[in-house]
Amino acid sequence: MQLFPITPYHYLLLGAALFALGVIGVMVRRNIIILFMSIELMLNAVNLNLVAFSRLHGHVVGQVFALFIVAVAAAEAAVGLGILLAFYRNKETLNIDEMNLLKG
Amino acid sequence: MNYIWLLPLVPAAGAAINGLVGIRWFQRRVAAALACASMTAAFALAVFAAFDVGRVPDGREASLGFWIPPIPLATARGIQPFTVQWSLLIDPLASVMILIVTGIGLLIHIYATAYMNHEPRGGYARFFCYMNLFCAFMLLLVLGANFPVMFIGWEGVGLCSYLLIGFWYEKTTAASAGLKAFLVNRIGDWGFLLGMLAVFFTFATMDFRALAAQAGTWPIETSHFGTLSVICLLLFVGATGKSAQIPLFVWLPDAMAGPTPVSALIHAATMVTAGVYMVARNAVLFSHAPLVLTIVAIVGALTALMAATIALAQNDIKRVLAYSTVSQLGYMFLAAGVGAFSAAMFHLMTHAFFKALLFLAAGVVIHSLAGEQDMRRMGGLKRYLPVTFVTMMIGALALAGIPPLSGFFSKDEILLRAFETNRLLWLLGSLTAVLTAFYMFRLIALTFYGAYRGPAHSAEWRGPQEPAGAMTVPLMALAIGAIVAGFIGIPAALGGRNAFERFLAPSFAQTRALATHQAASPHLDASPAQAGALMLFAALLAILGIAAAWRFYVDRPGVTARLASRWPGLDALLRNKYYVDEFYGAIVVRSTLASARGLWRFDRRVIDGAVNAWGWSTRILAWLSYMFDKVAVDGLVNAVGRGAGEGSAAVRRGQTGLVQNYALLIVLGVCVFLTAYLIAR
Repeated sequence: MQLFPITPYHYLLLGAALFALGVIGVMVRRNIIILFMSIELMLNAVNLNLVAFSRLHGHVVGQVFALFIVAVAAAEAAVGLGILLAFYRNKETLNIDEMNLLKG
Repeated sequence: MNYIWLLPLVPAAGAAINGLVGIRWFQRRVAAALACASMTAAFALAVFAAFDVGRVPDGREASLGFWIPPIPLATARGIQPFTVQWSLLIDPLASVMILIVTGIGLLIHIYATAYMNHEPRGGYARFFCYMNLFCAFMLLLVLGANFPVMFIGWEGVGLCSYLLIGFWYEKTTAASAGLKAFLVNRIGDWGFLLGMLAVFFTFATMDFRALAAQAGTWPIETSHFGTLSVICLLLFVGATGKSAQIPLFVWLPDAMAGPTPVSALIHAATMVTAGVYMVARNAVLFSHAPLVLTIVAIVGALTALMAATIALAQNDIKRVLAYSTVSQLGYMFLAAGVGAFSAAMFHLMTHAFFKALLFLAAGVVIHSLAGEQDMRRMGGLKRYLPVTFVTMMIGALALAGIPPLSGFFSKDEILLRAFETNRLLWLLGSLTAVLTAFYMFRLIALTFYGAYRGPAHSAEWRGPQEPAGAMTVPLMALAIGAIVAGFIGIPAALGGRNAFERFLAPSFAQTRALATHQAASPHLDASPAQAGALMLFAALLAILGIAAAWRFYVDRPGVTARLASRWPGLDALLRNKYYVDEFYGAIVVRSTLASARGLWRFDRRVIDGAVNAWGWSTRILAWLSYMFDKVAVDGLVNAVGRGAGEGSAAVRRGQTGLVQNYALLIVLGVCVFLTAYLIAR
């Protein structure tokens, strides 16, 4: 049973919503792990968009792209978590407000 | 005939081996054997060469090629090639000298093997290296066929003399005596060198034979002081340095600081006679300059007398002998000065025998008293050293001129020729002869007669003892020489043939012709009767001197002290050697030092001042440059840097370092662009 047909636009909307959630998470949260997760959220929102456009245009390239991004994201997550771990060992905190080494 | 080249080369090889290898590695016996072997070989060669000269009286010349290839030089005869060949000349004159150098040199080498025995091993080899080197240079001097080759030998023997006088260089006296000898000789060498150059300038050759041939055609400068006179005077200045004549005799007595064999070889028998030899070698030149010959004779006679008087008052046994050597060299110059060159060479030869003998015997005396040289602490040694006593007595008799020992003949020859030329010179010579006999027998009396005044005997030291055969055998050989050497020159007045003069005649042939040519000059030939009377007189003078010494020092030892206290001034004058050293010290040495100090001050003030001023100006310039760098260049760079820093301060505030701020800005920026995009569409 189907209440209404789910078109690619719905997927695009979902992607936009997820991306917005990610952006807000990055900007308002203080815990760096949450920030990291929010960045992953934005990444996957984009993935969703790619797959949706692939479907919309009947072209498989978008899906291939999405698969690549998943693989790269996995690597990026490993690197990111490694940096976080090193950072935590140094500072004994995960608060993003205390990470201001780049301050001019 | 190149083998005469071996003569200087053999001792030179001995010196090279002992010097390069021996000082470090050779045992005493090896070093001594090497030195003696090289001298023996040289002596054998010399004998061979002398026999050869007997067959070829004109002599032989051997050349080993060019030392200095021809260079055109300006001379009095226009542009002439200046060239020097490595050539040696052996003629009767040279053969006499090489026999003396190698023969007496060999005996002294043998003596030295024992005399130097308490030297450390390295010093022992060093000593023989220097001795051999000396003989090599002396042979080169004697055999050189031209002035430059002779000059190498001349300077070489001076160097060896310096090295050997200062052999015990730890002793200040020895080191400074060596220096004094060297410096005084340099003054003479200055004259010799100038004379040599004047010879080349005048004759365009420096070869002795070519020179004699050319000079022989020149007029004799009887009344004016011409070119030849100047040349001869300069050469004679060289001779006064090397042969210790007035005014340059001061170095020889001090040279006694060297080991005794050195005094015997260098400062009695050979090197100091080089000046006489050089004058004899240039006899033709000198006989063309009668005025210079007169100077030579006067200097010789005065030196002979002065040195003999000094010898009267000396207490150091070696110094007495040294002044005696100066005095006898004066005799030789007196002979040369009156034109009796072969008589000069005859006395040179006999003197070499008996003076070497006297020095070696004095060495034995000094050795037996553990280094004591003061005759006031000797005495009575006749009992302890019989061989030395007998041989030294023979030497002293020969030196005093007692017939028929060698000194009698040679000295008599000189006195006869002086008598023929100038009675005053003969008088000076005769006076010297008395003094010579006196001081020699004073030496004998103080050393061998009277009571023993040396160091006390003890358990370790059992008094003076006759040394080993290596020291006594040369003494005996030289004593035989001192006895018989005169017989080769028995004068005609005694029925002899004067074989020595006839042997030398080819070397002085041109001089002889000159003398007969000079008939105008007053020449008082003594008749045989006169000659005989003179001979008797000379012998009586010697006996008189000996008798006086005997009376003063053996019979009545107190007389001399009373004489000295009656004429304290004379005593002090003689004891202090006429204050010549003090005079030179005050005039020459002090003025030299003063001028050196003046130059030093000039150096310090002017030259150092200029250098320092240059340094300071550079420093000031550098400081200015530094200040410009610091203020202008650095200031500009810093201003640029500071401007950039201050300019960026405003911008820096945006760099919070907080990731969320940056993210907010990015999002806002995206929003603005999106809005603008949507509106623009």
